[in-house]
Amino acid sequence: MSPEHADRTRGSPHGAPGAEQEPRVGVYVCHCGHNIANTVAVDEVAEWAGGQAHVTVARDYKFMCSSLGQELIEQDIKERGLNRVVVAACSPHMHEKTFRNTCQRAGLNPFLFEMANIRELGSWATDDREAATQKAKAQVKGAVERAVLQRPLDPLYVDINPNTLVVGGGIAGLTAALELANAGYHVYLVERDSSIGGHMAKLDKTFPTLDCAACILTPKMVDAENHPNITLMTWSEVLSVHGYVGNFSVRVRKRARFINEELCTGCGTCVEKCPVRIIDQNFEVGLGYRKAVYRNFPQAIPKYPVIDPDNCTFFQRGKCRACEIVCPTDAIDFKQKDEIVDLEIGNIILATGYEQFDARTIPQYGYGRLANVFTSMEFERMVNAAGPTAGRVVLRDGVTAPKRVGIIHCVGSRDKKYHEYCSRACCMAALKFAHLVHERVPEAEVFNFYIDIRAAGKHYEEFYHRVLSEGAHLIRGRVAEVTDAARGPGEEGQLIIQVEDTLIGKQRRIPVDMVILMAGMEARKDARQVANLFGLGCDFEGWFTERHAKLDPVVTMTEGILIAGACQGPKAIPESVAQGSAAAARVAGMIGQRTMKMEPVRASIDADSCSGCRICNNLCPYHAIVYHEDRRVSEVLTALCQGCGACVAACPSAAISGAHFTRDQVMAQIEGILWDARQPEVLWLEPA
Amino acid sequence: MRYGYYPGCSLERNASAYHTSLMAVAERLGVEFAEVDDWNCCGATEFIAVNRLRAYALASRNLALAADQARSTNGADPAQLVAPCSACFLNLSKVDRYLEDSPALAADVNAALAAGGLHYEAGSLRIRHLLDVIVNDVGYEQIAARVNSPLRGMRIAPYYGCLIVRPGFRERFDDPEYPTSLDKLMRVLGAQVVDFPLKTHCCGGHMTQISRDVALELIRRLLKNAADYQADMIVTLCPMCQLNLDAFQESVNEQFGTNYRIPILFFTQLMGLAFGLSPAAVGIGKEFIDARPALAKIGAAAEPAAPAPKRKPRRSDQGLPLPQMPEEEQP
Repeated sequence: MSPEHADRTRGSPHGAPGAEQEPRVGVYVCHCGHNIANTVAVDEVAEWAGGQAHVTVARDYKFMCSSLGQELIEQDIKERGLNRVVVAACSPHMHEKTFRNTCQRAGLNPFLFEMANIRELGSWATDDREAATQKAKAQVKGAVERAVLQRPLDPLYVDINPNTLVVGGGIAGLTAALELANAGYHVYLVERDSSIGGHMAKLDKTFPTLDCAACILTPKMVDAENHPNITLMTWSEVLSVHGYVGNFSVRVRKRARFINEELCTGCGTCVEKCPVRIIDQNFEVGLGYRKAVYRNFPQAIPKYPVIDPDNCTFFQRGKCRACEIVCPTDAIDFKQKDEIVDLEIGNIILATGYEQFDARTIPQYGYGRLANVFTSMEFERMVNAAGPTAGRVVLRDGVTAPKRVGIIHCVGSRDKKYHEYCSRACCMAALKFAHLVHERVPEAEVFNFYIDIRAAGKHYEEFYHRVLSEGAHLIRGRVAEVTDAARGPGEEGQLIIQVEDTLIGKQRRIPVDMVILMAGMEARKDARQVANLFGLGCDFEGWFTERHAKLDPVVTMTEGILIAGACQGPKAIPESVAQGSAAAARVAGMIGQRTMKMEPVRASIDADSCSGCRICNNLCPYHAIVYHEDRRVSEVLTALCQGCGACVAACPSAAISGAHFTRDQVMAQIEGILWDARQPEVLWLEPA
Repeated sequence: MRYGYYPGCSLERNASAYHTSLMAVAERLGVEFAEVDDWNCCGATEFIAVNRLRAYALASRNLALAADQARSTNGADPAQLVAPCSACFLNLSKVDRYLEDSPALAADVNAALAAGGLHYEAGSLRIRHLLDVIVNDVGYEQIAARVNSPLRGMRIAPYYGCLIVRPGFRERFDDPEYPTSLDKLMRVLGAQVVDFPLKTHCCGGHMTQISRDVALELIRRLLKNAADYQADMIVTLCPMCQLNLDAFQESVNEQFGTNYRIPILFFTQLMGLAFGLSPAAVGIGKEFIDARPALAKIGAAAEPAAPAPKRKPRRSDQGLPLPQMPEEEQP
């Protein structure tokens, strides 16, 4: 795009021509313990490979990736004069880097190495030993033929922009932003809602310590607002992302608040005087009201309210202006427009969180049909001192305290019909609710209906015992239904929970007057669009996919895009905080390196062959191809090219070639893989 | 639209009102139900317990006949067979699936069918319940367009029974725990649908013949629930459910000292009434518990002008708002 991008690279994508001497290929077939050797006759493959053209030495070995295995390669390079190396083992995702480094240590250019994946594509895919062995040979042959034509390449280096974008201002994003800001790097924190704080800001108490959620969250929110290294962008959304690791260009839309932030003092008079009162489906999850000009909660950061034009009388009918009249600093600005902001970013951390499962999806539990069935988030708001009932536990009539409360676990979770996974946090939250009911309505009886109690965490099991000793009844069994269909006098006017108590093996009907549904966590409705926007993957449920479930949980397959918190899968606060910090540490480490080594796999255009048709110009997803009007040829800007190969395939004049994936290399590999296609035992159909 | 039609034995006898009303409604909707020639018993709920292979062969004979008939009349592709009775629907679709899952069983059954010169290729028919066809193929919009005497003011408890959405081998067209397709259909006809939490609970089935006390208790629960919700009538889609709730209502009253008088009608009867057909044309009058007093609510011909919607009473300041439901679900 711009020459300054081009300046960030050193070295050439092609590398020096050379290696013109006779190819001497070493082939190494890995057993991978039993993983490969059980299905592929590794010794046979190695012996066969030894007899193939260009192959100087072929061996099989138990673990090629072990230091002994690598030393074997190094030794052969030095002593047998190898100038090409082929390892037939696992996926290049696992060990390509390992063996490239091996080659480099022995003085061989790392791009003269080729990997044949005979594990994921062979031994793991079949039990047929003969077929797997035959396929392994074909893969080895293809790799050898390709390696022979490979050319040495030098890596590219790009500078890392030290600014980081954090998307989502919940506890995970907030933690990541503060960690990076404290390390001295600048952070743009973009939040869709009008205030940061996320779901945690809605909670009253946190398990198992029963800390006041606001007391531990709001200091972090204030820190984020005042931190000189954090640019807070609430009521904002990311519109587009271009570029690559170290050099992203991000466009953000700041939605109009209709409040001039320079003038607003956050006094709240406008909120007080606004005549419109509507049910707040967002922060109060439908249990409370808000005005048309509103702030989510008293400690909202930033303190400026927003006007909701869909419900504001002025926007709908052109009159009212009550807020404008009462504002002491003239901060109301009905003419405010959305603002587009462009940011230059090195790394992006996504912490976009989760949504609560919609309890209406399970009509037999009665939410939406039976007034006194509440969702867990409704109950969180109810027990919150700043919530709609100021912390009183009451039935839907707003006055009566419940006498018997049923808490149903696993609503929408651990159920193949809805979500098969466990939402992790609800068991503990349900126990917390049992405690809070006892605390607020001491005479009330509480029944928890669970499948298993998942109290795996520091001090969690102790909290479970505490709640048991407080007198909560725990009944093991998945609830069949919640109904108001009374069978007899004892049930009239009550909500009856029908459940099989699996510990006594009996059906039970337990009358209660309040039911709390522990609705699980699910991926946000727009998770897939967000994933597409940032170029990362989602699993079937919509959770963002990490690079490795165990060893790389905060990095995605896209360099420079990291994930933290519940957008990756259900998580409680401690894990979200840990992931936020981990993502920040990874980014800080990257920024600390200042530059990053990148694969020199890049496309280039041979100007003499280019017809100037410009087909490639629009095809490039990275906007890396420019057209020179004067010379009528296109050119790839190496720094922007990501080596995807789209232009290479599309060029009608074959003028574009991808380094390390040249036409002759790919064709040679195909020829190699098909080595046995003309064997006598293979039926060869000649055209008539 | 053309379908193969398997009425089953009930629709010839105790549930003849179901058949009459269906035919009348189908004509209005332009749907053709071609009865399978020479059909036999589906096996009901008992025969499978007596001899499985024979029960499968018995049901398969109907499938073979229906498939042949569809082929010869160049029916829809794949040929579709509609059963209005829940038990027939379950038996036919269950056997079809068993035959498809087990080629050995299919071979045995076909050997039996061969004695009558028949053969059935498992899976060649799409077997559907009548309600599924009415709400999904005909569709609510088509039905709404034909409503000319809406059932305004009628409070209806929609009763699905246990067999049409469970186990739901193939044609599961509604939620197995809390189906709502009949609710929607009744709303389209202009009726007011009450929440009927027992909508998929058991009607007692053949327990009336085996263990009367158990059956009467099950029936009592359903009647009590409908009465608690002040339903004017219960609407069913299964001849067994209709029979149990209707014919044994007096027995329930005797046994429990209650005084229920809740008419039990088939949904097709109400469709007919809403389409402007006369009560006689849809078989009203064949039920044990007279439906006419309840129908007077709408039958008072000249429709009273709909009362002006009352302003919602202002909620006391302390009350908490109820969760919002999707719009169509609101009464």
